[in-house]
Amino acid sequence: MAAANPLPLPAPGRRAGAALRLRALMGGADLSRGDRLLRAACGMAALIPLLALVFLVVPLAISAVPSVLFSGPAFLTGQVFSFGNLYAGSPSLHHGVAAPAGAQYGALPILLGTLFTSLVALLLGVPVAVGGVVLLAELPPWFQRTASLLLELLASIPSVVYGLWGIITFGPLVAKYVYPGLAATLGRVVPFFGGAVGYGQGLLTAGLILAVMIVPIIATTTRELVRMVPVHNVEGAYALGLTPFESLRTVTLPFIRGGILAAALLGWARALGETMAVLMISGNALNVYPVNIYGPVSTMAGTIAVMLDSALTDATGLALHALAELALVLLVVTFLTNLLGRLVVRRFTSTALPIGRGI
Amino acid sequence: MNQVQRQVREALFWALCGIGLLLLCLPALAIIASLLKDSWPALSLKLLTATTNQGGLRNAITGTLLLALGVLALAGPVGIGCGIYLAEFASPGSAPWLRFFSEILAGIPSIVVGYVGYLVLVVGLHWGYSLLAGILALSVIVLPYVVKTTEVALRQVPSTLREGADALGLPRSTTLRRVLLPPALPAIVTGLVIALAFSTGETAPLLYTAGFTDQDPTLQLLHRPVGYLTAVVFTDIQLPGAQAHQLAYAAAAITLLLLIALTMAGRAISRRSRRLSERMSV
Repeated sequence: MAAANPLPLPAPGRRAGAALRLRALMGGADLSRGDRLLRAACGMAALIPLLALVFLVVPLAISAVPSVLFSGPAFLTGQVFSFGNLYAGSPSLHHGVAAPAGAQYGALPILLGTLFTSLVALLLGVPVAVGGVVLLAELPPWFQRTASLLLELLASIPSVVYGLWGIITFGPLVAKYVYPGLAATLGRVVPFFGGAVGYGQGLLTAGLILAVMIVPIIATTTRELVRMVPVHNVEGAYALGLTPFESLRTVTLPFIRGGILAAALLGWARALGETMAVLMISGNALNVYPVNIYGPVSTMAGTIAVMLDSALTDATGLALHALAELALVLLVVTFLTNLLGRLVVRRFTSTALPIGRGI
Repeated sequence: MNQVQRQVREALFWALCGIGLLLLCLPALAIIASLLKDSWPALSLKLLTATTNQGGLRNAITGTLLLALGVLALAGPVGIGCGIYLAEFASPGSAPWLRFFSEILAGIPSIVVGYVGYLVLVVGLHWGYSLLAGILALSVIVLPYVVKTTEVALRQVPSTLREGADALGLPRSTTLRRVLLPPALPAIVTGLVIALAFSTGETAPLLYTAGFTDQDPTLQLLHRPVGYLTAVVFTDIQLPGAQAHQLAYAAAAITLLLLIALTMAGRAISRRSRRLSERMSV
């Protein structure tokens, strides 16, 4: 009854498997010579982003080593970020690293400044973007097109132009008309909102401008998410007699919640790394905590941009290494936020997230 | 809960959403209008003829254009190649990773790119502040956008076209050139326009790679700093004196106008491409 079993093929060993895979990679039988050439060229181009990442991270990590040795954990907990006296006194040795007299690199105020400005931006930007887009989805197409044009323009306005606008128009405006009112009302209850309102350069102004800058990315993502909601579910909600708001709360919102979280994380990553606009309107005060929400702060990205000039004059070179460590911390933080956003989106929805500024 | 309460809550919610929508739409108009109004008196023909130390912007405008063209020449082919690989050649195992690297690259803060550019190119390779260092730093920043738009553009071409070409026995390179690229081209060009726009508006990656100079830029790639528009905005607004401020306004206005033009061009091209692909999929 039994026909002879065909001999089982020998399972390819690891080596053979690797060789097979390599051959598949180098060119399948169905590809002509020109095709293989094209694929090789495009494949090399496809490795460039990875290569760029390596060339960004490795030099930065190497350059940060002396600073890590010198400061240790004090880099993250210290209150004073100072290059020391670069012109007088002889450098001293700590942990085998030469440092200018009086140099200390404690970045805690800078880290907190970055955290707070980006959080203000997030708290203001997310509700505005989500609420606006939810309403936008109900409006006629011509209006949607106009709004998407305005959002695209908003995304393409350069950081430095936001900064200029913040300095000459927006900052003075809110300092004159909005902040005093805020300080007189909310400031009576929460002391952090009270006190002197300054002249419009500080934590709240930076957070507001950042909110405007991250709104396009959150809004574009939310728009895509709302489009993905199955229309039958919404119609079912209406058929049950739910009002638009109730159907939004019970049907649409649960459906897009994860995606909004992911969009918020992407916006957060962008707010953390934003340089020029924040530098120009945060007041850029080093080593101080803001006395109230109107007070000046400094951020990681802004500090790197503005202090590199004077770091170049440090004969021991340690100042440059300290800025490299700051850049490395910024890189790691934005990487993790981005990664988390992409993981969240994979967990909850199938929408493709936009990259960078919301493309 | 009674009917009145429901209606009140309904009205309240949509009113809040209305405020949100207003806040989405107004800032772009407010920024553009207020900036153009402020910089109107500063705009003159002298901006085009004099260099930055003589109250003009000639060297900054040509510098910005030169940087943008360099980025187009470098990030353009690399990004398009990468996008083609992702859409047409990459195996299901490798594609998500390659895409992931590109997405992560897009999320890296621009100042970090500038700082590493300074460390590696300006100091490490002894290029000094130079055109090439600036172009490389900017290219790293805009590359992911070109990759993404190219990949999406190719994926939007109906797969029936690919299958038809395969059935005819066309080599993949011919399929790509004759069948897939023509309908995808407008969308790819949109990606390049976006790359141009972003490289025109960036400042942070250029501060310590391109440097700045009042002299006209040349085609010399190394050891010669380049002036560009956004640096004028950043530095001159911090200088004392109305004249410097006027120059900063003017530079900001020109940058903004360039970007608006590029954004509009990108939209026009992508609208055409959408119409094209709609016609094809019927």
